[in-house]
Amino acid sequence: MPFDAANLFPILPEIAILVTASVVLVLDLYLEEKDKDINHTLTLIGLLVAIGLTGAVGGGEALILFDGNVVRDGLTDLLRGAILVVSLLAFVYARPWLKDRGLFVGEFYVLGLFAILGMLIMVSANSFLTIYLGLELQALSLYALVAFERDSKKGAEAAMKYFVLGALGSGMLLYGVSMIYGATGSIEFGPVAQAVAEQGMDNKVLVFGVVFLVIGVGFKFGAVPFHMWVPDIYEGAPTPAVLLLGSAPKIAAFALAIRMLVDGLEAIQADWQGMLMILAVLSMGLGNLVAIAQTNIKRMLAYSTISHVGFIFLGLLAGSAQGYASAMFYAIVYAVMSTGAFGILLILSRKGLDAENLDDLKGLNDRDSWYAAMMALVMFSMAGVPPTVGFMAKLLVLESVVRIDLVWLALVAVAFSIIGAFYYLRVVKLIYFDKPDPDMPVLTTSGGVRFAMSLNGLSLLVLGLFPAALLSWCQGVFV
Amino acid sequence: MYELPLLTLVIWLPIIGGIVVLASGDRGSDISKWIALAFAILTFAISLGLWTGFDVGSGQMQFVERAAWIPTFNVEYYLGVDGISMPLIILTTFITIFVIIAGWDVITYKPSQYMAAFLIMEGVMVGVFSALDAILFYVFWEAMLIPMFIIIGVWGGPNRVYATIKFFLYTFFGSVFMLVALIYMYFQADSFSILDFHDLELGMTAQILIFVAFLLAFAVKVPMFPVHTWLPDAHVEAPTGGSVILAAIMLKIGGYGFLRFSMPITPDASASLDWLIIALSLIAVVYIGFVALVQQDMKKLIAYSSIAHMGFVTLGFFIVFTIIRSPEVAGGAVMGIEGGMVQMISHGFISGALFLCVGVLYDRVHSREIADYGGVINTMPWFGAFVVFFAMSNAGLPGTSGFVGEFMVILATFRADFWWAFLAATTLILAAAFTLWMVKRVIFGEVKNEKVAGLQDLNRRETLNLGVLAAAVLALGIWPAPLMEVMHASVENLVAHVSECKLPASEAADCVLAVPASVAGLTGQP
Repeated sequence: MPFDAANLFPILPEIAILVTASVVLVLDLYLEEKDKDINHTLTLIGLLVAIGLTGAVGGGEALILFDGNVVRDGLTDLLRGAILVVSLLAFVYARPWLKDRGLFVGEFYVLGLFAILGMLIMVSANSFLTIYLGLELQALSLYALVAFERDSKKGAEAAMKYFVLGALGSGMLLYGVSMIYGATGSIEFGPVAQAVAEQGMDNKVLVFGVVFLVIGVGFKFGAVPFHMWVPDIYEGAPTPAVLLLGSAPKIAAFALAIRMLVDGLEAIQADWQGMLMILAVLSMGLGNLVAIAQTNIKRMLAYSTISHVGFIFLGLLAGSAQGYASAMFYAIVYAVMSTGAFGILLILSRKGLDAENLDDLKGLNDRDSWYAAMMALVMFSMAGVPPTVGFMAKLLVLESVVRIDLVWLALVAVAFSIIGAFYYLRVVKLIYFDKPDPDMPVLTTSGGVRFAMSLNGLSLLVLGLFPAALLSWCQGVFV
Repeated sequence: MYELPLLTLVIWLPIIGGIVVLASGDRGSDISKWIALAFAILTFAISLGLWTGFDVGSGQMQFVERAAWIPTFNVEYYLGVDGISMPLIILTTFITIFVIIAGWDVITYKPSQYMAAFLIMEGVMVGVFSALDAILFYVFWEAMLIPMFIIIGVWGGPNRVYATIKFFLYTFFGSVFMLVALIYMYFQADSFSILDFHDLELGMTAQILIFVAFLLAFAVKVPMFPVHTWLPDAHVEAPTGGSVILAAIMLKIGGYGFLRFSMPITPDASASLDWLIIALSLIAVVYIGFVALVQQDMKKLIAYSSIAHMGFVTLGFFIVFTIIRSPEVAGGAVMGIEGGMVQMISHGFISGALFLCVGVLYDRVHSREIADYGGVINTMPWFGAFVVFFAMSNAGLPGTSGFVGEFMVILATFRADFWWAFLAATTLILAAAFTLWMVKRVIFGEVKNEKVAGLQDLNRRETLNLGVLAAAVLALGIWPAPLMEVMHASVENLVAHVSECKLPASEAADCVLAVPASVAGLTGQP
């Protein structure tokens, strides 16, 4: 088939990111140490341009491009936007930390941008091959980012673990894809969906394929029992890398699940629903219970991620447009919350001191009451307390579960969220009720960081009070 | 005619005020306190418009405001008040003023955050009382926890962290199950409007489960035996203002929940499980009364006394079903609920005042132990007089507001069952015993120690606080008619509503309550 240049127009955001990454890669070689800020500025500009382009090429009918390998639809538009905005915040928070440690180099930005590119490809994939390519691009960049602090033993260990387990997950996924290809004779979602609808569950190869796909999705999300890598990587990796891999990739993983399970395999939804249910209950249970025992806040947030993944699965397994929309809302909200939480940790970190333990948050209200309020907002939102948006997200997934008469599942979910509330409250307690250690340094942050964090924190409140716009946007994707 | 959106104003004005106060910061001047006071007084003044504009003849929702909030889920910004919620809103705006004044000199650590927390709290609590959309209600209901959590945790006593986390988790635990029940009903009614829930036909199993979910939420808040254990801890550790708000208003939200949700939405389940609530209420009145008797800590004593008094409230509400089942005494039903309501308002004044009194002592001596005091009246005669007055009204002395509610509830209970009424009436002895014994040990007798000997009597602010509350207690005790008049139509409405069976026609044979004419016609039952 001849190459059609019109195909390039809808993937302009991806192109913008690729161009930025390449420019930074080359330019970094010629930059003096003092001029490294140019990398940062260029990256931010690239992300802003990509956001603008997402808006410009977005909207309208779904477009299938590149011989059915790429799609641009409502889901793509919204998730692209969310990934880019969240990553933008992440780069802003990361800068002071990198500077303090002499790690303010172009590679961080290059790897980060390639990871973002991978995520963007995932959200606009229309075949198993494209989605795998996106996934691997994202994963490889993130493995390198985890090992970014070369002299850190913990970082190297984490990167190794991440790489081995990530490769295992990708392998599972690829194995599942090959089985599905064997059963249906296609790797594009459209033909696969058709073939699956005709065959149903009678084809055992297809069933096995689905099982491996769900395992792969579970790995990438970090759902129990495929969660082993999450806490170790969160603890061992440098915080800016955790910030990048703990927020936007969750949105991309959501796209992975939607594209493969819904676009490709919705006809056998009854089968993957049961599997997701087990993953969801285990994730919510284990995540919330084990998080209580943590003293390292990065590890605590890792277990909290696991429990939030359980909630995202609740929406997915509902198997209705409503359910997918609520899961999407949850995934986006989670990415924003997690960016805020790790952002605060970066703000609290100083030269020679990484804010890693819960005690590092002690008396934040006395040190800087604005950041304290923002962190409290993030924590209350994660716990699902109104009027923050975390409550709305939980409400929506619960609603989609009750809608399909799984009231017991909703009860299990709320029971675990009570347990979860405890460890989030403990963070609020440290911030507000404890006094800071006298030797803690004064917090100094640039105006940009303060602005980004205010935007980040207040968005949780504003979205909680006025969820209608984002929600109807999410719902508009699945009609 | 264009009317001011009064409810919106009363909810959001204090919240905006809270933000302004936060922004004003603590720059060494009293400016944040004055702003807080101004907002509190202004809010109270505006809330009086609810009273003056209220149509007492109507039991319907008034001052209704309705706008779409989350259209795709039919969630609305739907506000309105009736005779049950309006007095509670006025109580909220009224008490907040005194809380602000009471914290004036005492709070030295970040006073602007303290004042702001109370203002935001005020707006949120008014929201709870006026929300007619279940999700809006739930948002306010849970949002209330955040400022209180921080108030107790930051400005509380030595064991404050334990107390505030216990408080938060207890209430959070109670309410999440209510959320699931609300979502379930949304799919039955296709609306989150509480009034639509009232008309919803529900089978007995669903009603029982929903009733239990509501009970978990409201019983923790009231609090009823055996889920009351967070209250003494929270009260003891909370700063004076926090205790006042907890006792005077937050507990009432549990009682209000029973009236707005449990009884009208699940009348059949309420009628068949009323023995449970009545039993728990009587345990609260009698057992907790004895527990109060042995307390060494003044705040704990008043906290237990609150639990006992709130037992009266729930007793008054749920005695209604026994009365409805024996039609010859139907008039007692309205009296039971009205008695409970009067008791709630009156307890708001009295417990608030008593906590303020303990606060006055604590600010001077920094002890709440009864044993550390004695003969306070010798050095603080004015204060002693106030304490004796409020103690008397706590014990239910005729002429004070404490008497009116208790008397009505006991009368209504008499119509239902003599022995229940007998047990309930023991409160008159128990409450007198534990309150007056405390007064005797703290206020009267010889001057116990040097600290007591050096006490200063009330300053102007404290006198103003206690004086106004005393006037309110007296006014409500001598002439409760205006309050009764406001709530009468709404309560009659409620009683009529809960007297009717809400089971679907297929289960009409199980109705304990009267079968409404429309359903009776279908099934051929009388």
